[in-house]
Amino acid sequence: MILDLQQFIRAERPYWNELEALLRRIEEDPGARLPLEETRRFHYLYDRAASDLLRISTFASSPEILGYLEALVARAYGEIHETREPRRRFLFRHWFSQQFPQTFRRHLRAFWLSLGLTVLGVIFGAGILCVDPDAKEALLPFSHLQGKPSERVAEEEREKGQSLEGKKAGFAGFLMTHNIQVSLSTLALGMTYGIGTVISLFYNGVILGAVSYDYIQDGQTRFLIGWLLPHGSVEIPSIIIAGQAGFVLAGALIGSRKRMTLFDRLAAVRGDLVTLIGGFSMLLVWAGIIEAFFSQYHEPAMPYGVKIGFGLLELLLLCGYLGLSGRKGQLGETAP
Amino acid sequence: MMLNLSGRKTLQIQTPEGVVFNLVAAGLFTRFLAWTVDGAVVMTASSVIGMGAQFLMILSPDFANALMIILYMVISVGYGIFTEWQWRGQSWGKQLLRLRVIDASGLKLQLSQIIIRNLLRPVDLLPACYLLGGTFAFWNRRGQRLGDLAANTVVVAIPGSFAVNVQSVEEGKYNSFRDYPHLESRLRQRVSPAEAALALDALLRRDEISPEARVELFRPLAAHFRSLVPFEEKVDEMITDEQFVRNVVASVYRQAGSRSSRTAPIAAD
Repeated sequence: MILDLQQFIRAERPYWNELEALLRRIEEDPGARLPLEETRRFHYLYDRAASDLLRISTFASSPEILGYLEALVARAYGEIHETREPRRRFLFRHWFSQQFPQTFRRHLRAFWLSLGLTVLGVIFGAGILCVDPDAKEALLPFSHLQGKPSERVAEEEREKGQSLEGKKAGFAGFLMTHNIQVSLSTLALGMTYGIGTVISLFYNGVILGAVSYDYIQDGQTRFLIGWLLPHGSVEIPSIIIAGQAGFVLAGALIGSRKRMTLFDRLAAVRGDLVTLIGGFSMLLVWAGIIEAFFSQYHEPAMPYGVKIGFGLLELLLLCGYLGLSGRKGQLGETAP
Repeated sequence: MMLNLSGRKTLQIQTPEGVVFNLVAAGLFTRFLAWTVDGAVVMTASSVIGMGAQFLMILSPDFANALMIILYMVISVGYGIFTEWQWRGQSWGKQLLRLRVIDASGLKLQLSQIIIRNLLRPVDLLPACYLLGGTFAFWNRRGQRLGDLAANTVVVAIPGSFAVNVQSVEEGKYNSFRDYPHLESRLRQRVSPAEAALALDALLRRDEISPEARVELFRPLAAHFRSLVPFEEKVDEMITDEQFVRNVVASVYRQAGSRSSRTAPIAAD
């Protein structure tokens, strides 16, 4: 096709400018709805730009014009051809009571896998310390866990949580952000076909198992449970949920649903991943607060029975929440 | 997705109306520069918050410390999500470097896509400095890092404003190809936009290079165009390689006014 480029640009540029201005308006206010007349005009301008692109792509014109038109048509195409469900208004109450627990239950197999790997790590960590007590130094890279547990317990009970006085909020902030980052990494490692997630969960389990065995064999079981349960009853499940999300991602990559393309599989789980991320982050914020403001108090300042009871109550509530919350809505949704 | 003539990865999308358009995937270095700019923005914002927290230190050092830790994380994680959602796939760094995150199917970018591509950065960062993500993006046919793959997004370069500066090339020069309109037409059909732009660029920068280098530069260009459309010997023999390339450019970009007057200088266009 022979085309007079300069004249073509002169004639068509006003339409491109109009389309660009309309696109800018739509993009600046995603929630805005165009009146019928403007929608028609928008469609006309898109068609015109697309046809200009067709004309110009057969002509050896400047690639700048081609690039400009392609970018313009691409932007308009995105607006006109979007058929996916529009974003619903976010309602925290609905998300908390329905969406998160439902999403959790939808991927229960991934959760069991995540839990199983953590338990396996716990057994392995405890087993290693049982066979070789000298491995403690290598397994527990934290200075405050290196000493004899009974000595640490005696010291903690003597100081009655004074060491954290005036630092608790900062400590809580540190715990929240650190645990969320660890959990996000565990999830992100799902992109290594789940291998990284497996390693991360197993390693977390190994540390937990080694610490637990160390305290139990030194006769500090009550302290251990009283120390770990108040925050651990929420923190550990949160990390396991992060692992669950990692396996959901890995499952989409590997392709358990063979009939779908990789992009369709990833798109199918994307919303669930975001929900799980929101869920474990919320739980970790709670766990951080409890760990900083409650878990660090020991007997005689805080009876272990109270701490263990509180931890068990939290675990029970968490299980009830994740297992039962939103079941009614779920049934209603699936019913014809 | 394919490679274009300049060796850059392009994303090809076909609309239901049959219109095909290509978007050029952003280069790794440009993305790295944009990331550096964004890093600087996050650092600056964190410093400002740190200074603000100094005032809170008077009231409660513990609370101020907690606030700083939490806000730093919120900013470093939320910055990319917020800016890319607010500005349709562009953070400050991307705006500056003229890049945009788009849905790989060309559709509207969704919030969940932005969240996923930003929160999966830890795996792209492994083992350090985006080595895994960068390597993956280098080999990926769409230039996607792992986070982009999961989110089905692609970072593309936004074309700048266009201007065809042919006049300075043509000025005062007679184009003997005008006597052969059928061959000119064939040139317009066979010369690709990228080839035309390359030739135009070479002509625009001819004064910056030595005469020997000019001869070396225009020889293969002219040979390439000659292979596309063979002209009669009498036309071909009379002109240098540079003149041949200039005539090709002038014919390809020719304007309306010159079409009627075959012998008029191109500058009259």
